[in-house]
Amino acid sequence: MSKSYLDKDETHCAIGHPKSAFWQWMLTVDHKRIGIMYAAVMFVFFFVAVFTALLMRVELFAPGAQFIDGDMFNQAFTLHGVIMVFLFIIPGIPAVFGNIVMPLMIGAKDVSFPRLNWFTFWLYIVGCIIALSSLVTFNDAGAAIGIADTGWTFYAPYSLNTDTNVITTLVAAFVLGMASILTGLNFLVTIHRLRAPGMGFFKMPLFVWGIYATAWIQLLATPVVGITLILAILEKFFGIGIFDPSKGGDPVLFQHLFWIYSHPAVYLMILPAFGIMSEIIPVFSRREIFGYRTIALSSASIAGIGYIVWGHHLYTSGMSDIAKTIFSFLTFFVAVPTGIKFYDWIATMYKGKIILATPMLWALGTIITFAIGGLTGVTIAMVGVDIHLQDTYYSVAHFHYAILGGVVFLLFAGLHYWFPLVTGKMYNETRAKIAFYLNFVGINLLWFPMFIAGYYGMPRRYFDYLPEFEVYHQVSGVGAIVIVTGLIFMMWNLIRGWRKGEKVGVNYWGATTLEWHTQSSPPPLENHPKVPYVDFNPYEYHHGEPVVKFDENMKRID
Amino acid sequence: MSHEYVPEVSTDREGKEHVVQGWQDDREGGKMGFWLFMLTEVMMFGAMFLVLTYYFSLHQQDFINASASLNRLLGGINTVVLLFSALTMGLGLLKMRSGDVKGAQLMIWATIVLATAFLVIKGFEWTAEYNHGVFLGLDALQSGNEHSKPFGEILFFGMYFTMTGLHGFHIIIGIGIMLWLLKRIKAGKVTPGHNILHFNIALYWDLVHLIWVFVFPYFYMIGAGDIGGVIHGH
Repeated sequence: MSKSYLDKDETHCAIGHPKSAFWQWMLTVDHKRIGIMYAAVMFVFFFVAVFTALLMRVELFAPGAQFIDGDMFNQAFTLHGVIMVFLFIIPGIPAVFGNIVMPLMIGAKDVSFPRLNWFTFWLYIVGCIIALSSLVTFNDAGAAIGIADTGWTFYAPYSLNTDTNVITTLVAAFVLGMASILTGLNFLVTIHRLRAPGMGFFKMPLFVWGIYATAWIQLLATPVVGITLILAILEKFFGIGIFDPSKGGDPVLFQHLFWIYSHPAVYLMILPAFGIMSEIIPVFSRREIFGYRTIALSSASIAGIGYIVWGHHLYTSGMSDIAKTIFSFLTFFVAVPTGIKFYDWIATMYKGKIILATPMLWALGTIITFAIGGLTGVTIAMVGVDIHLQDTYYSVAHFHYAILGGVVFLLFAGLHYWFPLVTGKMYNETRAKIAFYLNFVGINLLWFPMFIAGYYGMPRRYFDYLPEFEVYHQVSGVGAIVIVTGLIFMMWNLIRGWRKGEKVGVNYWGATTLEWHTQSSPPPLENHPKVPYVDFNPYEYHHGEPVVKFDENMKRID
Repeated sequence: MSHEYVPEVSTDREGKEHVVQGWQDDREGGKMGFWLFMLTEVMMFGAMFLVLTYYFSLHQQDFINASASLNRLLGGINTVVLLFSALTMGLGLLKMRSGDVKGAQLMIWATIVLATAFLVIKGFEWTAEYNHGVFLGLDALQSGNEHSKPFGEILFFGMYFTMTGLHGFHIIIGIGIMLWLLKRIKAGKVTPGHNILHFNIALYWDLVHLIWVFVFPYFYMIGAGDIGGVIHGH
């Protein structure tokens, strides 16, 4: 039987050659193992944040205080935001599938700097530990001060004045940002240097394009927020005055610097997710993707335009009207390449032989939820509408439809799609489909009422509300129960599939991209037996069958 | 399992062979990675220069007054020291490339000495400023007390200590990696034929001195013309 990367001794290590399987995992430089470790840690934190959110929804089921007080509520939404944004969704798809799949897709044996990749993973772990440490720290008087209560955005001047533990949270965000930068750097060099011979940029799978565009954002935008967080830390320690109006500093400047990174960061989240969509749609429609180049270039242009739209977060913070108008226009503009992608995906399905397997269900569901999330985003890009809806449940609903209903749903799609490749086994499809429907119904129940509540003026981050909003909060609460059930059920099904699922062969889905053309499943250490020569497009189907086939020496035999 | 790199070829349908680039021994990749890292440094310091420029536009006179009180002599000496260290670093790389390993080591040591001198001078400067009551956390840079400086000066010194401090931190890191480089050279891991580590550290040092080339005029020189500031200075 052929060996897989999961077997003992089948790995390279950063330091030495440890004998125990445990240390072989801890010190591994293999991109596939590192990706799996990221996934494991990320999903633990994901569920911590999910339950924090559930706690808030339970509290909001009725007006007034039930289980937690207002201060704790503030800390709860901060914890939820910090974990979800910095620990889960920013490493997100690149850390998991960028690591596991991207080198396989371009026919490389590993990333360009495998040791750096190992270091980056542990930097991420250090960041996680610092973030958690702020939960259990005490002030001089010995009272527990707990995690920041500022929201994940750390807006000055409140973040400079609050007694809660903002500094450790800021340090954590900085360390996690560094890990993100190094991942992006590693992937950029990998994609430039290690593509198999013959694979030009326009022969790369579209997921690689997504990762490539993302990596540029990680590299160029993250340092700006990094230094902003450092300035805020120095402000807390020494009072350098940069963001503190009592010393002449400008708190709005903090918002600018923060969003110069944090708005591109949402594209950093969504672009690899779109990449997953572009992988799944052709495979399960059995057709070559429609408009390959437009999808590839729209990824690049979303990354570019996304960099210059941050001002739409500051419509109500004090900005000149001309600046507002320009930012508003630029924000509309970013919807154009996104729209192009959606038309391309739908055109790919047209006259295709659509197979409604679980990954495809998630992808199709995302077309609906992300369309809602994206289009409501366009509405609040308008200055006038935004002044009405700023900081209401409307923008909360928009954000969650776009990020949960876009990024996370596609991450789940990817989990189900690459599951047979990564584990060599298969989950129970019926249960996986039930889990999808639970999530799909749940997300709409949970967040659609918030659009209405927000439109009628329900502010975000509030611990209490007027009685007329009760019905929306209660529908949301039911939706939260449904989606949490769906999430747990899905995870249980996947874990069970890995432990007890039946073994499957290579290329379970009949896909065309290189990661499926390994000789065994799961793939061995160092991937393909020989590096193939790429003289074909990534998604070539003929009468619903993949065109390109390889022999055991990776020579084409079709 | 070992890391030994076996060069590989891939064969196309006509049977033609193509060289495969592995991650091992990828000089171009190593260079590209480090250039990208330099880009992140530029973005980081760039953001700080942006902050600085913004506040300068709001408080021009305060900035000029604060700048006038800085010690241009020590700052100027440091600039020369750092430019010299960039020269020794570059010469070291040239020597390494031409096969003169001993000369390269000597040049790296010279760079380390100059970098240390820079830090020592910086230390004197900061000490003097501290003794004048101008330092992070001291009353002069806090608002609402009798020693408080005007807003613009608080912001100027806040950025001054932040940026020169971060720059100094880069110098310390630089000394650390140069010592490591010397160790690698001694161990025979960095050789005239395989000098990517030396190359990248030289690149790093170039960036560190380049940042100073912008930091120096922005902090020390904008108040240089204001003679009154020096005479009636703090």
